[in-house]
Amino acid sequence: MPEVIELMSGLGMVVIAAPILLVFFLGICSLLDRRLTEATIVKSIQAAIVVGLLAALGVLILMLAQDTRHVVVEVGEWVKMAGFHVTVKFVFDRLSVPFAILSFIVSGTIASFATRYMHRERGYNRFFVLYAVFLAGMIVASLAGTIETLFLGWELVGLSSALLVAFYQDRLGPSRNGLWIWCVYRVSDAALLLAAVVLHHMTGEGDFDQLLGAGPWPEGQASASGAQAFIVGILLLIAAAGKSGLIPFSGWLPRAMEGPTPSSAIFYGALSVHLGAYLLLRVSPLLECSLWLGAVIVVLGLSTAVLAYLIGSVQTDIKAALSFASLSQVGIIVAEIGLGFRYLALVHLLGHACLRTLQFVRASSLLHDYHALENAIGKHLPHAPFFPLRWVGTFTRASIYRLALDRGCLDSWLKMCIVAPFVRLFLWCDARERGWTDFLTGAQSRESSEVKPIPTGIEELT
Amino acid sequence: MNPLPMPWLEAAILVAVAGALSISRLHNLNRAWRWGVAFTGVVFACTLLASLGFYLGVPAESDAGWSLQQYLFGRSYLGLDNLNAPLVPAVALLHFLTALATARTKMRSFSLTWSLTAEAIHLAKFGSKAPTVLVTLLAVGALLPLVEFVNRRRPFRLYALHMTLFIGLMLIGWYFLVSANGDATRTTMATVALLAAVLIRCGVVPVHCWLTDWFEHASFGIAILYVIPLSGVYAAIRLVLPIAPDWVLHGIGLVSLVTAVYAAGMALVQYEIRRFFAYLFLSHASLVLVGLEVHTAVSLTGALSLWFSVILSLGGFGLVLRALEGRFGRLSLIKHHGLYEHSPTLAVCFLLTGLASVGFPGTLGFVATDLLVDGAVMANLFVGLAVIAAAALNSIAIVRVYLLLFTGARHTSTVLLEITLRERIVVLTLAALILGGGLFPQPGVSSRRRAADEILEERANHSALPG
Repeated sequence: MPEVIELMSGLGMVVIAAPILLVFFLGICSLLDRRLTEATIVKSIQAAIVVGLLAALGVLILMLAQDTRHVVVEVGEWVKMAGFHVTVKFVFDRLSVPFAILSFIVSGTIASFATRYMHRERGYNRFFVLYAVFLAGMIVASLAGTIETLFLGWELVGLSSALLVAFYQDRLGPSRNGLWIWCVYRVSDAALLLAAVVLHHMTGEGDFDQLLGAGPWPEGQASASGAQAFIVGILLLIAAAGKSGLIPFSGWLPRAMEGPTPSSAIFYGALSVHLGAYLLLRVSPLLECSLWLGAVIVVLGLSTAVLAYLIGSVQTDIKAALSFASLSQVGIIVAEIGLGFRYLALVHLLGHACLRTLQFVRASSLLHDYHALENAIGKHLPHAPFFPLRWVGTFTRASIYRLALDRGCLDSWLKMCIVAPFVRLFLWCDARERGWTDFLTGAQSRESSEVKPIPTGIEELT
Repeated sequence: MNPLPMPWLEAAILVAVAGALSISRLHNLNRAWRWGVAFTGVVFACTLLASLGFYLGVPAESDAGWSLQQYLFGRSYLGLDNLNAPLVPAVALLHFLTALATARTKMRSFSLTWSLTAEAIHLAKFGSKAPTVLVTLLAVGALLPLVEFVNRRRPFRLYALHMTLFIGLMLIGWYFLVSANGDATRTTMATVALLAAVLIRCGVVPVHCWLTDWFEHASFGIAILYVIPLSGVYAAIRLVLPIAPDWVLHGIGLVSLVTAVYAAGMALVQYEIRRFFAYLFLSHASLVLVGLEVHTAVSLTGALSLWFSVILSLGGFGLVLRALEGRFGRLSLIKHHGLYEHSPTLAVCFLLTGLASVGFPGTLGFVATDLLVDGAVMANLFVGLAVIAAAALNSIAIVRVYLLLFTGARHTSTVLLEITLRERIVVLTLAALILGGGLFPQPGVSSRRRAADEILEERANHSALPG
């Protein structure tokens, strides 16, 4: 028995090490300016994913054979001092193992698709470096046994997402959308970091076992009081809302479609968009401590689902339509979590991720096939009318249509209420500072406003 | 023969002074640069040996036979302890890397004489524990930028006003401190004057404009070298923290917190690269001060770790910006430049150093920020919130500037703008330190914890004194 546990721990380490080593390999080669061929990149990605997947399957088989539902792989104390410590710990249970296996399978499929889709693309190497960072982030976040470890994976996923949205670097749109997504993610990250610190103070540890009870998922009993659970839960819900595009952050999802199709498929169809729901599933024993918290989650999930459905119905771009269809399902999954249907939510999440990946990958050639079909039958394909709006009045229908076209006005609302006042305030401060420094200097104090960006003697560098 | 029981810190200072003197006589820029790199390299090696000697437990008295200060003054004014042992080589490394990465286009504007003089003062400042020596060196150090202003024929009234106030308050504080003799009123007056001086030197709002003005007018490399070591924080720890009552520390905390958030917000709306960097630096410097205010072992360890991280990561970030400025001139942030295709390694290092400074996981700053937030939340939830808000705003500002500089447009150039070998060595060294320190943070955190415990012990001893 101890040998089997050791074997499981060893395999667990392989699951985590494979994507991390891939990041180091590709990242260090890039930093040292060692240009890898496409074939080498593909082989290294395939090797890491196959090894990681086989190890994860090995853990699953051993867990089933041993009837074990909770395997802990403790890497050790990352930082330890009196009054503070950060433990790196990974947990293999009924929640994390299926999600890690899903991550490997979907990543492997999309990587295989991407090797052809991105063939001879200028940023081929950059794409796969970011892809590897994303995979490492997903595996670390899904297997995390402490909230600090989860935060590590969470951040890696966020950074790679934002940079992949801005992948096509010579265009303005991807760059702007990448920034918007990064801003939303940072709000989400800040909420998660605060939740981590509050958790640390509540339990003295960042371990999920301490917070959610020692029983295997989902049978743990959280030790928090109703008020504590509500505060931490709301922080975690903000984090999840940012990552999964729930209201009021839904506006970033169509923006994310600026990235290459493979990254859109894996990020916003399959894995990244579900990470918020996964977080809520992970802390689901905590959600049971507060009825109000559960109610807030259900309302937020259902509102997001309805809004995403409406917005998705009026999209004219297939990737945007698919992204809102994803969001609609994520909203329902979140509502299921709020209602306490954990297994249903997990199965829904896994099934939805697989379906949506397939749809995203298929999206590129779908229109071509539609044209072929229409040519074959000699007329347009029939479209079913929008059923629920048949009995709604014209004005209401127009209003809903307008709301859907404006994507719920969520981005405009965020810009108007938060971004614009913030920027105005600091620009005003900047102008006042300028006046003050001009006064103290007794002349024009800002050299920078006069100097034009002129290259000076760059030939000397060569 | 064991080389460690030697006065390596003194040797480092003397080499820096000798280097400044000899380079000032050279007129050939290339030759001056080569000698400058050699001198800063030797200085760094000396500080490394000094630090190694300290950590290996070489007794301070064992170098007495070779010590110049022993010979001249009969006692040692300079020495290493847990606080400054890692800071001294970090500052020397920053000087060495800055000299090494200086492009030929920048050799004319980057004065190696100034750099070596500043290095000597920095090392002496960070090596000194005696208040008299420290106050003197802080005052002398504050005068050094005037040389740069005059050399570059830039207006210096704003800087001079702030620094006159700083030096004046510092001297008043020092006077009250040495004449206190247990008198509580005089000690309080000394604390308040020293605190005000430290806040000016750190650049907290509303006395921060000298710092943005300094970045406007000085050579970028010199501006980085002058501010990045955070001399004001060192002064706060040596002069104010041991004697300051709690209400004074709360005062520091409040203004620092406001500055951290304000500067982070200002960094977000800047439309020129140097001002952006200046505000980013201000925000980080203020976050270090916030950790001092909370003055628990955890928060103080966080602040000291963040300080070390700022020297390496923001120092590296500044060097990347300087390299870009060397290629493209002053960079505006009102449009996209699309420089990635020309300088991919610089782009990666920009992100790496920038994100390390805001505590991205896996980098040097992560554990520091985590410790700081943890300590801050323990003291007050709102302080923790403000620290997190400042870090989030800073990270948004960094990625915004990354996207503006490296993406969003196609930049055409007929000249190769790739990173040079020397720059690559510099950024890879910094990347290795940032990632190495981030992946294996325990030695660094333990060292900072020992320093924090010493500081708190000194504070406790002072509180226990009668009067």
